[in-house]
Amino acid sequence: MKSILVANRGEIALRVMRTARRLGYQTVAVCSEPDRDAPHVRFADRFVVLAGATAAETYLDVERLLDAARSSGADAVHPGYGFLSENAAFASACLEAGLIWIGPPPAAIEAMGDKSRARAAMAAAGIPCLPGASADSSEALIAEAERIGCPVMIKAAAGGGGKGMRLVSDPAELADAIVSAAREARSSFGDGALIVEKALEPARHVEIQIFADAHGNVCHLGERDCSVQRRHQKIIEESPAPGIDQSLRQAMGEAAVEVARTIDYVGAGTVEFLLGDDDRFYFLEMNTRLQVEHPVTELVTGLDLVAWQLTIAEGGKLPLTQDQISLSGHAIEARLYAEAPWRGFLPQSGEILCWQVPDDVRVDAGIDQPCRVSPHYDPLLAKIIAHGPDRESARRSLIRALARTVALGTVTNRCYLIGVLEHPEFVAGRVSTDFIERHGEELAPPVLKPRHLALAAALLEQPADKRWPEAERLTRPMRLAADCGAGEPGEHSLSLRRTGDGGCQVQIDDAEYRIDLEPVAAGSVRYRHDGVWHRACVARKADQLWLADEQLDLAISDIMLAPRQAAAEAGDGQVLAPIDGRVIALACAEGDQVTAGQVLVTIEAMKMETAIRADRAGKVVGLGVAEGDQVKSRQCLLRIEAAESGSEDD
Amino acid sequence: MTVIESRIAPGSPEFAANRAAMDKHLAELADIHARIAEREQAAREKFDRRGQLLPRERVALLLDPGAPFLELCPLAGYRLHDDRDGSTAGGGSIAGIGLVAGMAVVVSASNSAIKGGTVSPSGLQKGLRVQRIALENRLPMINLIESGGANLNYQSELFVEGARTFANQARLSAAGIPQITVVHGNATAGGAYIPGLSDYVIMVRNRARVYLAGPPLVKAAIGEDADDETLGGASMHASITGTAEWIAEDDADSIGQARRIAKTFAGRFELPARPSGVAEPVYPAEELLGIMPADPRQPADCREIIARIVDGSEFLEFKAGYDDKTICGEAAIGGQRCGVLGNNGPITADGATKAAQFIQLCCQVGKPLIYLQNTTGYMVGTEAEQAGIVKHGSKMIQAVANATVPQITVLVGGSFGAGNYGMCGRGLDPRFIFAWPNSRIGVMGGEQAARVMAIITEAKHARAGQEVNPQMLEMIQQQVREKIDSESTALFATARLWDDGIIDPRDTRQILSLCLSLCVAGDRRTLQSNTFGVARL
Repeated sequence: MKSILVANRGEIALRVMRTARRLGYQTVAVCSEPDRDAPHVRFADRFVVLAGATAAETYLDVERLLDAARSSGADAVHPGYGFLSENAAFASACLEAGLIWIGPPPAAIEAMGDKSRARAAMAAAGIPCLPGASADSSEALIAEAERIGCPVMIKAAAGGGGKGMRLVSDPAELADAIVSAAREARSSFGDGALIVEKALEPARHVEIQIFADAHGNVCHLGERDCSVQRRHQKIIEESPAPGIDQSLRQAMGEAAVEVARTIDYVGAGTVEFLLGDDDRFYFLEMNTRLQVEHPVTELVTGLDLVAWQLTIAEGGKLPLTQDQISLSGHAIEARLYAEAPWRGFLPQSGEILCWQVPDDVRVDAGIDQPCRVSPHYDPLLAKIIAHGPDRESARRSLIRALARTVALGTVTNRCYLIGVLEHPEFVAGRVSTDFIERHGEELAPPVLKPRHLALAAALLEQPADKRWPEAERLTRPMRLAADCGAGEPGEHSLSLRRTGDGGCQVQIDDAEYRIDLEPVAAGSVRYRHDGVWHRACVARKADQLWLADEQLDLAISDIMLAPRQAAAEAGDGQVLAPIDGRVIALACAEGDQVTAGQVLVTIEAMKMETAIRADRAGKVVGLGVAEGDQVKSRQCLLRIEAAESGSEDD
Repeated sequence: MTVIESRIAPGSPEFAANRAAMDKHLAELADIHARIAEREQAAREKFDRRGQLLPRERVALLLDPGAPFLELCPLAGYRLHDDRDGSTAGGGSIAGIGLVAGMAVVVSASNSAIKGGTVSPSGLQKGLRVQRIALENRLPMINLIESGGANLNYQSELFVEGARTFANQARLSAAGIPQITVVHGNATAGGAYIPGLSDYVIMVRNRARVYLAGPPLVKAAIGEDADDETLGGASMHASITGTAEWIAEDDADSIGQARRIAKTFAGRFELPARPSGVAEPVYPAEELLGIMPADPRQPADCREIIARIVDGSEFLEFKAGYDDKTICGEAAIGGQRCGVLGNNGPITADGATKAAQFIQLCCQVGKPLIYLQNTTGYMVGTEAEQAGIVKHGSKMIQAVANATVPQITVLVGGSFGAGNYGMCGRGLDPRFIFAWPNSRIGVMGGEQAARVMAIITEAKHARAGQEVNPQMLEMIQQQVREKIDSESTALFATARLWDDGIIDPRDTRQILSLCLSLCVAGDRRTLQSNTFGVARL
């Protein structure tokens, strides 16, 4: 194995290539057209552009990926996660093309790919599973669900990542949930098959990282708690799971190893369990690939999981035995998404104008500055992972790291993540899969403070040409449209005066704010407000200013001079002939109710017809012309008596 | 090129006394501006009610970020005509040079927050002055109009001369210098010709009034009942007469439109970027406040001022050994090379010939000239007369009057007698002229004038064989001294448009640098002139 093609994009493509490069392998990237300048492409030794933008045309197109491997001389393929990573057909195709597949054997992928088959196999092997069933028709599924008893979870048989998944508490909602889950499953995985499973509530999502080599060795690298999820997608993961003792860890680890053995697994995999508050756990599914959240395991074990994958792919043995593996300290990962948490987690796209990350924590980022966040792919921007001697120090470090992370140009969930990490229930380690449902409302949206507005005003009014005297005697009124990613974007009126010594005096309502600015580096400023110097990051694009401080990200612009909508000019009701001509059509009669813009009279002049319209709504009075009449320019044809207030024009 | 070695001791009692005197002048100015601002703020409620912005807000909004603006003649008319207590100074307008869409423009805004923006004689002079600045420096003009028109109490001083405003507008247009006018309110009678003669006109809906006669006058003159909107509203002018090219919904909208229009021709009038690598003076500008003696009779070395306004404090002095009262030399300000002339006392015959020669040398190579006035005038006495002070002084005035390069004057101290002329005072038409707050200007000092009067009186009495009453003589002297002194202050001068504004000495370098680049860029700019200006056809 000399050259590895990574059939993926974003942070995971970079992550894989970094280890590959460190170990001396050549790296080949693939990319869609919009990703042409993405960081993973810039990093790779070689890259192949796949024509098109959508995932289906590019990162999901097996034939083109194989062509790319062939033409670039790659002899191995790493699928990353998502896309084709759990596609047995792709794995087989790679193997058939003579490529090394850095992943489990196709049969193992297949065994776990169908949830209903996987459940059956695991139950048979004595792995604890929740009551559940699969069925071909929705009627049968409803019957199974009713037999199991609500609450139940409806899931796509072929799925993962929360797609096609519905929690149903009321049997009456079963039919609708099945229809919509099936639709989503079909569009996401091309397969609408569903399973139903007893829902365990409250429960924690705890998963075990396992590794198996082709020589029959299997081990686990401890667990990860991934309970904090929104829409069944994880946002915070940690290892070890809080409150899990060594015996439970061992029991779950052994169960996971047994799962791997049952399907002759080879490579990196993750066995997901639901853990009840009675410490009983149930097999959920197995992910036959590297997980997004693998870095927390790497930090507590001190191992490089991608390096292990490469060793196993080359036929090597597991580098360590189970008893050589130990966990040290605590790691927590937060996923930074381009999404608006306070607007229903709506995915965002845009351009990252400023990207800064602290250098004392691990950051796996797929973005750079500047770079476009495309609406075509997953909105994951980066993973920020902190490690500490215990959970509390890891948590503190992660909060501090997020506070100093800057991603300007699109709305992100940065502040939301901080909110989760600071929530007392999270602090206490009381996490469960319904954490966001239960506590999401308690996470206060970022608060726009007057000092942010004052700073924004000062930044927007920064002189470009220092040759000019500062006009101390001029006060500039401003109207700032500010959006901090939560609630309705607000408009704020304020005024700004330069103080002649480089500072600004900003008046908001009746309060005065003095702002002094000092540039620090590109994109960073220090500003003094109320005697304290703060730091903020700034980016500009056209009239839009982006601003980040520890507690909020702000998009702001001055709309004071924005072009206005011309006031609809209601006429005076006098309808005059615009030109000398002959009335060829009369479209109204005395007393008619007309609306503004309605054609009333048509005049022919200079061999052209001119339609004369009502300049306001009302009643036609004083109609003084008839068809065929010759009229003079500016002759009054009729009048429109204004409609009474609240008339039919609205 | 040598760096000027300063001999000022910023820790000395003299420096502290000088500084204290200067601070007092600055505080007086700040107080006047504060009172004007207060007066303007008093109008806020009325403007708010009408949905209008205050005139200064209009100007601030018009300018690029950071409000780059050199206000001109802000105290025109101070305690003159209808300005009783100084709180309505400014001649009814806010004027200056500012940056709009990256282009330097002359802005003239009616100050309708004060007396409805009515125009007094000094307001007219101010208007003409800023038009001249636009014409000489080839700068587009933006007018923000809302004015009750001429103050009829002074109609005799306004009517005939007022025509120049319109003639200038026509000439600016013909010269290829565009003018944008926003009509925010009344622009009636004579005021109606300002939009009429502008190249681009924006009127604010329901506020603009552009007509020769309003409803009462129309009723009186021809018995017609007509309302404001019909006679001269924005929508009437935009749809029927075509006097307005655009309608704005409110003041801010009109300013936004004016900026967008300005952008369409800004490229032609862009101010070249300041050259990089310009060295700042070695000595702090702050020290400019303590250089000029609190007692005007004490001499000062103008090299100390030069050291604090030119790049790197570097000054190549010309003929340093030939007359030590008139200082000439070469320096750069903001990267622009220029000749600098300053006074260290009266101008002698040698000083005059040296200055005249230096001016000619600068003209030979197209180098702008800076005059730092601090002179008691041309030297008098037998020796001076016999040295040909009249002849040589005349040559110097001739050189200044006919110089082909931009000349900028700053009154840093005294500006007395013909020294004012020889050092390019207002009458010699420098492109810009500013005054420090301590500066004094007059045909002679109050003390000298008093003594002259005393001598003349004594001589008259002597001829008549009368005794002079010493008390009466003292009274005459006192009266003359007081009158001349009160008419020599910077405020008295700036009220009468003898300068383009009183400046804080610390801003001298920045303002000179800006004005130099405006002059040089203006002279290099080629315009698309035409014969009659652009007319609405």
